[in-house]
Amino acid sequence: MTTTVEPVLPADIVEYIQDCRQKEHNQSYLISVLQKLQQHSGYLTPAQLDAVSQLMQIPAAKVTGVATFYHFFKFQPPGKHKVTVCMGTACYVRGAAKVLERFKESLKIKEGETTPDRLFSIECARCLGACALAPVVVVDEKVYGNVKPGEVRKILTDYQ
Amino acid sequence: MNPVKIKLTIDGIETEVADGVTIMQAADQLGIEIPRLCFHPQLSILGACRICIVEVDGQRNPVASCAFPAANGMNVRTSTPLLRRLRRDIVELLLDNHPQDCQTCERDGHCELQNLAYSLGVRERLFAGERKRFPRDESSAVIRDPEKCILCGRCVRVCQEVQGVTNLSQQTRGFKNIVAPAHGQSMADSVCIQCGQCINVCPTAAFVEQSCTDEVLEALANPDLHVVVQTAPSIRAALGEGFGFAPGTPVTGKMVTACRLMGFDKVFDTNVGADLTIVEEATEFLSRIAKNEKLPLITSCSPGWINFMERFYPELIPNASTCKSPMGMLSTLLKTYYAEKAGIDPKKIYVVAVMPCTAKKFEAARPEHLAPWGVPYTDAVLTTREFIWLAKCLGVNFPHLGDGQFDSPLGVSSGAADIFGATGGVMEAALRTAYEKVTGETLTNLDFNQVRGVAGVKETSLTLKGITLNIAVSNGLNNAKYLMNRILSGEKTYHIIEIMACPGGCVAGGGQPYPPQGMHVLDPELARLRARALYAIDGAKTLRKSHENPEIKQLYAEFLGEPNGHKSHELLHTHYTAREPRGVR
Repeated sequence: MTTTVEPVLPADIVEYIQDCRQKEHNQSYLISVLQKLQQHSGYLTPAQLDAVSQLMQIPAAKVTGVATFYHFFKFQPPGKHKVTVCMGTACYVRGAAKVLERFKESLKIKEGETTPDRLFSIECARCLGACALAPVVVVDEKVYGNVKPGEVRKILTDYQ
Repeated sequence: MNPVKIKLTIDGIETEVADGVTIMQAADQLGIEIPRLCFHPQLSILGACRICIVEVDGQRNPVASCAFPAANGMNVRTSTPLLRRLRRDIVELLLDNHPQDCQTCERDGHCELQNLAYSLGVRERLFAGERKRFPRDESSAVIRDPEKCILCGRCVRVCQEVQGVTNLSQQTRGFKNIVAPAHGQSMADSVCIQCGQCINVCPTAAFVEQSCTDEVLEALANPDLHVVVQTAPSIRAALGEGFGFAPGTPVTGKMVTACRLMGFDKVFDTNVGADLTIVEEATEFLSRIAKNEKLPLITSCSPGWINFMERFYPELIPNASTCKSPMGMLSTLLKTYYAEKAGIDPKKIYVVAVMPCTAKKFEAARPEHLAPWGVPYTDAVLTTREFIWLAKCLGVNFPHLGDGQFDSPLGVSSGAADIFGATGGVMEAALRTAYEKVTGETLTNLDFNQVRGVAGVKETSLTLKGITLNIAVSNGLNNAKYLMNRILSGEKTYHIIEIMACPGGCVAGGGQPYPPQGMHVLDPELARLRARALYAIDGAKTLRKSHENPEIKQLYAEFLGEPNGHKSHELLHTHYTAREPRGVR
């Protein structure tokens, strides 16, 4: 069976799964495997999930059930730049929803989606722990504080 | 048995129960039925729906009685104004997110959500909000309708815990949460084996069978077609329930009369296919024993099992008997032997099969089972439930019918064929024939009690002419997994194995009537009662061995030649293919 799954999964993932299978409660490593896998290309494909299912011997329905439960796992290729809008309580009451709305209008995509040119994708975060700067937007690694809807276009032009 | 007893009070009644019993079980013992929805006695406890909440002194909030263990000194109230309001609110919220189409729903009258809404006194809809919208997913046997799903998780549990398939799981979360196969794909593209147990355990109509009733009505109305019907062994033991008979009432004669009233031109018995299967399979088995190859032989009557084998154990495909199922054999003969004998153009014969099974719909449509002129040998498969509906639709007053007789030839069968409907029945029938073929002696005690009963796995051995045969019988595919894994690991050597996909065998198939009041789906007692009817029919017959069936002898003499001969192979045998996606075992 490994012959059909190896080209789909990077070698280090196959090795990691094989290590995990030696351990007690080996099925509980599923999330960890998926996290490592997503680091490779930023998202998970159906073929990869099927390969994980076969290698870990966890039914595919369960694998995709777990993967789709968590917000963290993506099923579409991410954009070159990831825009994260914090929707935590502090950011929300200070107008994060309007900021998010402006990003969606400007890029013509919804949260969780990627622009057709693959330049941007939009994500929401629950709290980034920088409430004093609310509302907070993070693009890639850069943090923007006290963001107003009117500043959205300006932020995007930095990356275009 | 744990000797420790627990004393508690439920609704003011002091009671004593065994340690480890839940509050719900303790109340059940007192005749207090706590309303419930996601709970199923044969499945694991989920505690998802919260309908079965009760108040317990010292607990801040109501607790789910299905999951909460009874404890010493506990004081439980099962029906307070607060609990009644909470339960009603939960059901109202479920209804709010549910199509309001009870009158036109297939499950009308058998729906647990509908029953709860009635018993909890939901008489108006107080909440009105957005309702989830999902497309219906249709496969050749099973339809998934997620808009009717209330996320109780019974289908997920039966698919995993009983059938070992784990095709279904809850996907995504929140309002978009849906029970679906992997990747949200369709049932047809998934590892689904079409057994239909999800239909049986669903409290609503989120799973139903793909209906063939319209096609059958159309065929019956077409004067150019010669429409014939065949009924599987287990139908006669369960059909009566659809018309108010107690479970386990055999209704063979009424069933035949009903078929005639419904307009079928001829009524044949799948039992003849079963007798033929035994003669072919016993011959195949003895030849494998003689050559000591492809052992154990594994039976091939159950299409759910065949689907499972192709996806989960493809390396065991050579072990499966190449015999078509009794339905497949009889349908083939109807469009060859019978057509020839009756002088009817086989292209004008329309074969309807009444089956306890949804997977039979998939089997009938397999390309391997097409006649040379491109149509399936079996044109339509009706489940027992569909047949009940069709009979009612066509104005059949079933309880008042007299006993009819099957048409002949292809209507006389042995008792060995009747018991095909119960787990262990195929094995017993095969042993009756194999014994006489091997020893050349007459078998006097025909009851092989070692293979009877509803246990999930039965193992025994039998010595024939110095050869000891290891025999195993299983029902419910998780039990099949157990046997298959033992074969593959070399832990045990078997010679012949009978596998039925559904727990209890065909009597509890995915197309059988919804259980009557007081019984539940997967209830071993229900399977036992239906099986008892079949063993009673067998016991009352003088013809109890397949190879002694005069119609079978006539069939070989006039048409087939010899068992496993050239013509048999051409018409009565088939082949299997490994399929993707592959299941996890």
